[in-house]
Amino acid sequence: MSGTRAISARRIRWPGTVTPLVLGAAILLTWLLIALFAPLLAPYDPIYQDAAVRLQPPSWAHPLGTDNFGRDILSRVIWAARIDLQIAVFGVVFPFVIGTVAGSISGFFGGWVDTIFMRVIDVVLAFPFLVLMLAIITITGPGLGSFYIAMALVGWVSYARLIRAQFLVLKNSDFAMAAVSLGYSNSRVMFRHIMPNAILSSVVFSMSDAVLVLLNGAAISYLGLGVQPPVAEWGIMIAEGQGFITSAWWITTFPGIAIVTLAMGFSLLADGLGEALGVRE
Amino acid sequence: MTDAPILTVNNLSVAYEGGGTSHTIIDGVSFTLRRGEILGIVGESGSGKSMTCRALMRLLPSSRLRVTGGSVWLEDGRDVLSLSQGELTQVRGRRIGMIFQNPASHLDPVMSIGRQIAESIRHHRKIGRKEAWARMLDILRQVGIPDPESRANAYTHEFSGGMRQRAMIAVALACDPDILIADEPTTALDVTVQAQILRLLQQLRDERGLSIIFITHDLGVVYQLCDTVAVMYAGRLCEYGAMHEVIHRPRHHYTAGLVACQPGSEGGTGRVHTIPGQPPSPGDMPPGCRFHPRCGAADALCAARQPPLRETHEGHACACHHPVGIEAEAEA
Repeated sequence: MSGTRAISARRIRWPGTVTPLVLGAAILLTWLLIALFAPLLAPYDPIYQDAAVRLQPPSWAHPLGTDNFGRDILSRVIWAARIDLQIAVFGVVFPFVIGTVAGSISGFFGGWVDTIFMRVIDVVLAFPFLVLMLAIITITGPGLGSFYIAMALVGWVSYARLIRAQFLVLKNSDFAMAAVSLGYSNSRVMFRHIMPNAILSSVVFSMSDAVLVLLNGAAISYLGLGVQPPVAEWGIMIAEGQGFITSAWWITTFPGIAIVTLAMGFSLLADGLGEALGVRE
Repeated sequence: MTDAPILTVNNLSVAYEGGGTSHTIIDGVSFTLRRGEILGIVGESGSGKSMTCRALMRLLPSSRLRVTGGSVWLEDGRDVLSLSQGELTQVRGRRIGMIFQNPASHLDPVMSIGRQIAESIRHHRKIGRKEAWARMLDILRQVGIPDPESRANAYTHEFSGGMRQRAMIAVALACDPDILIADEPTTALDVTVQAQILRLLQQLRDERGLSIIFITHDLGVVYQLCDTVAVMYAGRLCEYGAMHEVIHRPRHHYTAGLVACQPGSEGGTGRVHTIPGQPPSPGDMPPGCRFHPRCGAADALCAARQPPLRETHEGHACACHHPVGIEAEAEA
């Protein structure tokens, strides 16, 4: 999990006002706009097959070339932004919500509740991430819905552990004790006072988690278990272009660059947010 | 000050239990608080003065700490120590408010000051958002925060130390409690601001009839503020009585030592008096009077038997076998 954060944006001296936060937000905003205006931006229909222009290298007519079915790569990369952004968002939101609720209950109440949650988390963590996801998708059947279910079932543990750790510290904090001294109930202290303080580090983590989810989504589609052809999705595009990597490099390269830039956007935003919110890692 | 006690603490004891052993941290502390009275609890670090107040709010910071005996009677005859969890939330904040030494860490860092106070108001009284906000501005004005309309939206880190302490007092007062427990509220403040906060507490007592338990290690503050004083040493009450009585005619040798420690009280020797030795640790309490190893007047009796807290004069009690000045007066 820590691999994606090996290169820390903080070690680099950023010129002027171009901070990681601004840069990351700008990249994400760009992709968001591309996804929103895909019908206007894409020059061709992303699934229209034109046998006359198969495997064309980048040209003025097809700036990023065409694939083995004669589909325009630029149009497909643009349309795929919709699917991949959706994957990054939903793949993070469900684990985030489940993990936050589980982690806060576990950390606040402690005792046997905590023991049960921690053992469940141990079990989930005992399996390699991808293996468990593949097993769940095999049961529920291929498709994006299954991918989200699998993400939610597997991904919540990271959030639960983060939030639990924060709760363990914050429930003994002075301001939580002061809130109890005002006669507030457990749930009020927990949700109104501890939660807003505890959730910061999860918000930052969710940004770097989005990168992993995005790559997972691409990997699952690459394996044929996620988004189904002929829908444009960056992972599928890479998988489909793989057979032509020596003769038609553009089929795999451009969706690859798209994944990298979006991932970088999330990563920079995570670093920037972490610094802005004062979250230590 | 009326005579009916608003809070009666009787024989309160707290023990630390861990690793199969049990150490008594607070040993049979008793005192009463009347309406409009300011009671000072004095003692050095670790003497159990904060713990006593945490215990009577049932706010002990660890599950290993347990109240092992005693009672805390409210005005209406209920014992805080036997209340249900639901009744407890009615007493905390509503009957007894609490303020602390370090307002920076005792206020929620991500909620604006105004919202924290308004939340406290609405929690105990069913009133609307707007009404609560108006009352909140009123309270901010009462505790002396200038320009409350704009300051209400500020966060803890945007306030100065003195303003934070005022804000915390405002949060505690929002539920309109009868009793305020102030746990060293001025220790972290500079002398000027400290004087302002003390004046504010006095003013609140005068205007609202608030009763205050003021925990401090500073006898100077006690002298400025309190009506009565309880002196604690190693988890026990060693002297209790009217403030002027205790400060000017201390009966317990520990209190006498504390008073002598005040700079300038001896006048002109240029050296600050100290009490020799260290306070004992909870796991290693001396038998008999806990102060006897450090006491100049100790004899065999002090090492063998714990002196009971008994009245030496009207309204002045002391736990010592050989109270200061008593024999001298008897001889004279």
